[in-house]
Amino acid sequence: MRTGVVVGLAALVAMGLGACAPEDNSSGASSTPSGADACAKDKLAVKTAGALTVGTDKPAYEPWFSNNDPSNGKGYESAVTYAVAKKLGFEQAEVTWKTVQFNTAFAPGPKAFDLDVNQVSISEERRKAVDFSSGYYDVRQTVITTAGSKIANAKSVAELADAKLGAQVGTTSYTALRDQVKPKQTPAVFDTNDLAVQALKNKQIDGIVVDLPTAFYMTAAQLDNGKIVGQLPSSGTTEQFGFVLEKGSKLTGCVTQAVDALKSDGTLANLQKQYLTESGAPELS
Amino acid sequence: MSDWQPSALQLERIAYRRRRARRSTLIAVVSSVVLLVLVAVGIGSTPGWPRVRDTFFDFHRGWEALPVVAQGLWLNIRVMLVCAVLIVIFGMTLAIMRTLRGPIFFPLRVFAAAYTDVFRGLPLLLVIFLLGFGVPALQLRGLPNQAVIWGGAALVLTYSSYVAEVFRAGIESVHPSQRAAARSLGLTYRQTLRFVVLPQAVRRVLPPLLNDFVSLQKDSGLIAVLGVIDAIRAAQLETAEDFNFTPYVVAGLLFVALTIPLTRLTDYVARRQGWYGGGGGPV
Repeated sequence: MRTGVVVGLAALVAMGLGACAPEDNSSGASSTPSGADACAKDKLAVKTAGALTVGTDKPAYEPWFSNNDPSNGKGYESAVTYAVAKKLGFEQAEVTWKTVQFNTAFAPGPKAFDLDVNQVSISEERRKAVDFSSGYYDVRQTVITTAGSKIANAKSVAELADAKLGAQVGTTSYTALRDQVKPKQTPAVFDTNDLAVQALKNKQIDGIVVDLPTAFYMTAAQLDNGKIVGQLPSSGTTEQFGFVLEKGSKLTGCVTQAVDALKSDGTLANLQKQYLTESGAPELS
Repeated sequence: MSDWQPSALQLERIAYRRRRARRSTLIAVVSSVVLLVLVAVGIGSTPGWPRVRDTFFDFHRGWEALPVVAQGLWLNIRVMLVCAVLIVIFGMTLAIMRTLRGPIFFPLRVFAAAYTDVFRGLPLLLVIFLLGFGVPALQLRGLPNQAVIWGGAALVLTYSSYVAEVFRAGIESVHPSQRAAARSLGLTYRQTLRFVVLPQAVRRVLPPLLNDFVSLQKDSGLIAVLGVIDAIRAAQLETAEDFNFTPYVVAGLLFVALTIPLTRLTDYVARRQGWYGGGGGPV
């Protein structure tokens, strides 16, 4: 995501939906714990002894959370958080949720949470202010349209080739449109995503390529009968959401270790399938 | 006549003029070279020059971007050609409407005046947004939906108002005696306009008209805001890949390469019309 998404950032922040940020190839924490023991539950430097305090914004949106209740363990981010907590040795009852506004998660100074989960993209600029765990979600490019459009029921990328698709100039969405969808018609390229939405409403284009968080926002808030056609197969896209921790937090290494373990044992993939794919953003073959 | 010899005085005059001409040429060459060297040294010695050279004048990057940008330019050219024809027709119609005489034509005159007032006043970009996104939003059956058509319509509406004013100036510059003579020969109003006034008017305004078309050629790029990929948008997409601005320079060069022949044509036409010094050459 380049310049274009900075524009989207404001809207997303306002929605509490999350954010996209400049591309970032590196991930992972600055410090590595010396051994498995260092991440034992009783050695963790948590804010409240015996409890893991997790922050997120209110309202907490689908499909990242469910029913505006982070503590029910439903929704992708809620489920991942409980999985991480479990790796760190905390039972479900020992996880405490705290409302933390998106912006204040980055505010300098001590934090009231052990970790914050709010669709925050990892970036080098932000890393100057806070710590990030390694990414728990790779932001994926998605095709959206309106109900009744000719691509509304497309199941594969190949079915999109004949459609007139649009994207914002200078974004990874455009790159994905060009390189992955390989449309037969010249794509429409807009200065902002809002203009693309207007063109879609006017039926001047058949669909828009945007990242998944923006897709959820556009289909829910900007379009009357918006529909996510599906996620493009993941490619070199490296924008990732990560847990936010206080700058220099002793927990960072342990959370990163937990996220990496969940990634390698397939838990993250399963949760993505359960909460993102089945909540209306199917995979395109 | 054949055994005529210029006098010694005349030979001296010719020699003197030749010396002066040679001196002028020499001074012109030297001053141009000095200026160029000064500019080159001045820019080349700025601290940021190497970075500017790499980001704006990277030959390889430019060569790489050329096909894509040229493909975008093809859209600009097609839009411009189609619009130019329509603009001449609409512009001329408006100009004639505005110069019609007689109380019965009052509504036409008012319409033409209001039209030019509105569309010369509205920023082109605004008209493009209003037509390009606004009309398709009406979801009217039978109307085209393509961005490029409505973008072109916006260009036609705006430029017709400029061109109408140019035509009107030409029509009003034809001396009243021309009309009076035509009418006294028994020509009708329509015939006077067709055979006497318009031919003179059009010849007179050809250079400013061509000027408007050079301008139209560049403004055809503004319809990129509707989503179509023209030369500048193509360059922007290339630039977004690696933040190297050379593709913009390539687009600029292509536009200039397009407009220079048009400009030379304008000069040529102007000279043929005797615009400079009443046919007597520069004074």
